[in-house]
Amino acid sequence: MARSWAELLGDTGAAPEQGTQRVRLFSRLRESLGRSRRALAGELAAAVFDPRDDAGWERLEEVLLAGDVGVRATAELVRRLEAREQLGDLAAALAEEVAGLFGPPPTLDLGHQPAVILVVGVNGTGKTTTIGKLAARLAEHGRSVVVAAADTYRAAAEEQLEIWARRAGADVVGSQRGADPAAVAYDAVQAALARGRDVVVVDTAGRLHTQTNLMEELAKVRRVLAARLEGAPHETLLVVDATTGQNGVQQARLFRDAVGVTGVVLTKLDGSAKGGVAIPIAYELGLPVKLVGVGEALEDLQPFDARDYARALLGAE
Amino acid sequence: MFDQLGDALQRTLGDLRRRGVLDEEAISRAMREVRLALLEADVELGVVRAFVAAVRERALGAEVRRSLTPAQQVVKIVHEELTSLLGASDSRLAFSPRPPTTILLAGLQGSGKTTAAAKLALLLRKEGKHPALVAADLQRPAAVDQLVQLGREIGVPVYADERADPVAAARAGIERARLEGRDVALLDTAGRLHVDEPLMEELAAVRRAAKPTNVLLVLDAMTGQEAVRVARAFQERIDFDGVVLTKLDGDARGGAALSVRAVTGRPIVLASSGEKLDALDWFHPDRMASRILGMGDVLTLIERAEAAIEDEEKEELERRMLRGEFTFDDFLASYKLLRRMGPLQGVLRLIPGLGSRLEGLDEVDERQLKRVEAIILSMTPYERRTPHVIDGSRRRRIAAGSGTTVEQVNQLLHARRQMAKLLKTAGSGKMPRLPAGLAGDGLPGQGPPRPSATRTSKSKRKQRKRKARR
Repeated sequence: MARSWAELLGDTGAAPEQGTQRVRLFSRLRESLGRSRRALAGELAAAVFDPRDDAGWERLEEVLLAGDVGVRATAELVRRLEAREQLGDLAAALAEEVAGLFGPPPTLDLGHQPAVILVVGVNGTGKTTTIGKLAARLAEHGRSVVVAAADTYRAAAEEQLEIWARRAGADVVGSQRGADPAAVAYDAVQAALARGRDVVVVDTAGRLHTQTNLMEELAKVRRVLAARLEGAPHETLLVVDATTGQNGVQQARLFRDAVGVTGVVLTKLDGSAKGGVAIPIAYELGLPVKLVGVGEALEDLQPFDARDYARALLGAE
Repeated sequence: MFDQLGDALQRTLGDLRRRGVLDEEAISRAMREVRLALLEADVELGVVRAFVAAVRERALGAEVRRSLTPAQQVVKIVHEELTSLLGASDSRLAFSPRPPTTILLAGLQGSGKTTAAAKLALLLRKEGKHPALVAADLQRPAAVDQLVQLGREIGVPVYADERADPVAAARAGIERARLEGRDVALLDTAGRLHVDEPLMEELAAVRRAAKPTNVLLVLDAMTGQEAVRVARAFQERIDFDGVVLTKLDGDARGGAALSVRAVTGRPIVLASSGEKLDALDWFHPDRMASRILGMGDVLTLIERAEAAIEDEEKEELERRMLRGEFTFDDFLASYKLLRRMGPLQGVLRLIPGLGSRLEGLDEVDERQLKRVEAIILSMTPYERRTPHVIDGSRRRRIAAGSGTTVEQVNQLLHARRQMAKLLKTAGSGKMPRLPAGLAGDGLPGQGPPRPSATRTSKSKRKQRKRKARR
């Protein structure tokens, strides 16, 4: 079953999502992964799988590698499959193993007043767009949002965020270009407290994990948030582009080490990219995927559901 | 020794004795490592397959050079193949005889087009051109704002049309560049998915309208297996001339570059490494090859290869010493190394743990050492290897050939035996590992090591014990 926003946000009191809505969510995800699904399904279906056939295993490996799952995680998945007594339907078995790697269904920890979400990642992954979509969803589910324009480096970053915030109906707290991002984050929390807002979402500048001084800057933003509000940030989301290769693992590792990541947002899944790098990120670093981006429109953000992801990815129904 | 691939190859092939030719089995093992390394570098699966096949062909039957181990030989071939594949004879921009030269930048969302456009404008301006930036990304919120601000920073005019149509905006921008006497017009377009049919069609339309002199695909260096699909799609729709590889200041290995080059045949033209606007360079294939392989410089490779030879020789020497086999060849080799290290006395004193054992040794006489060298060089190779065959007549011959006396030759032979014994004891754990070449203790020319003034020699202690036992 698709994961619903209510489940993601931990809204237990909310009425269960309409059947149609859930179907819509699932089919949206499937649709966007559809292109990848078709490609992969074709490859897997090309040969009926015989576990005694070495060439078959090799073929499976290739399909996973072609999806950016990476050498180590591919080997691990194959190992787990081989260890199973009954293989049965390969796609279903693989989906189960993949889901197993991702762990229990994720949630967003918003049980605070305000809840603070820090959004980080390398350049060009879609942080600002994701924040716009997230703010809109939160508003839809009854939360008031303040967005912090703490990307004080990039030209027109604040302007870009403002446009999204307007679409989502959220407040923006910003500063001038070149100002201290930690100060902006601080101000946003202050404003949320003063105005009684439910959620603060902090946008940060894209930065390569190899730029130690910038990672230090990010760590400072985190410290300032924690100092201003105990337990903040309650979520630190790393935005990862689905077309990223194995470097994604290194990104995740270093961001986790610098600021402590609680979850991954996998973006641009509406392309033909399979987003396979999410698997080694989960397997090697234990970082769950919480959200997936499936387009440039406001509504194109879905809660991550491992089984749906795996099944859609591999062409299983 | 090496990074990643080098290490892996060293593990697989390093144990092989040097052979004349790389055999098939060794090559197969090596190719598995190469395949893994390239996959981990995000090179596309099909490209890896083809590349490995090509390298295998070259490696089979390749003469193994004495100066490189089989592992290094394979790495060298791989690196050369990679470099030649990545390198291009035509990796520059074309300039139109009728200005403005138009450069269209296209690519996926987030690949770094806008930053690249600004950087390229700055680069061209520094080279004496008069560029203008044309904002044809009307999709992304504040994209035009961003370009305008960047333009202001680098002192390049930005033409932004209020119309919502990128085709019209492009046309208008180029026309304006022409009217204002700009000789280069850089078109920044919206990022788009290669599978987004309407947007790809729009891009094709922009290209048709702009009639660019150069079309550049902007590609993020951390792109994974997708790179080939993306490149093919863009090539089909807009037939780009070259690639701008971005975000190279990260640690992504950048295999996508190889994939795109291999599959489309288009060269990498520019390499962008950093958010600062001056961080754009013309592309260097050999540096990229090293990066994809996960190796350092090739120069370092060669240096290390030489050092590796010395390491191997040292290890072999140590092994023999431990067995009590210390031949005159060894002595000569050690002696040469020792000499390279500067004045003997100073060096000997530096050896930790060894220093105390050398107590009581006279100061070393360089002339005596030269004599020793002469004696050894008068021996036949056989004699050097198997000193115990050196009988009376041989000794006479050696003495005559080196201008020394038989007595001096005797002394040297005796000293060698002592040395071998000493080294064998030393190697059995009672002393720290001997750095090679510094096994030249108990130097001949003076006879066996003089008994220490303060410490009782081993033989003396044994004698005493024997006496006491009786």
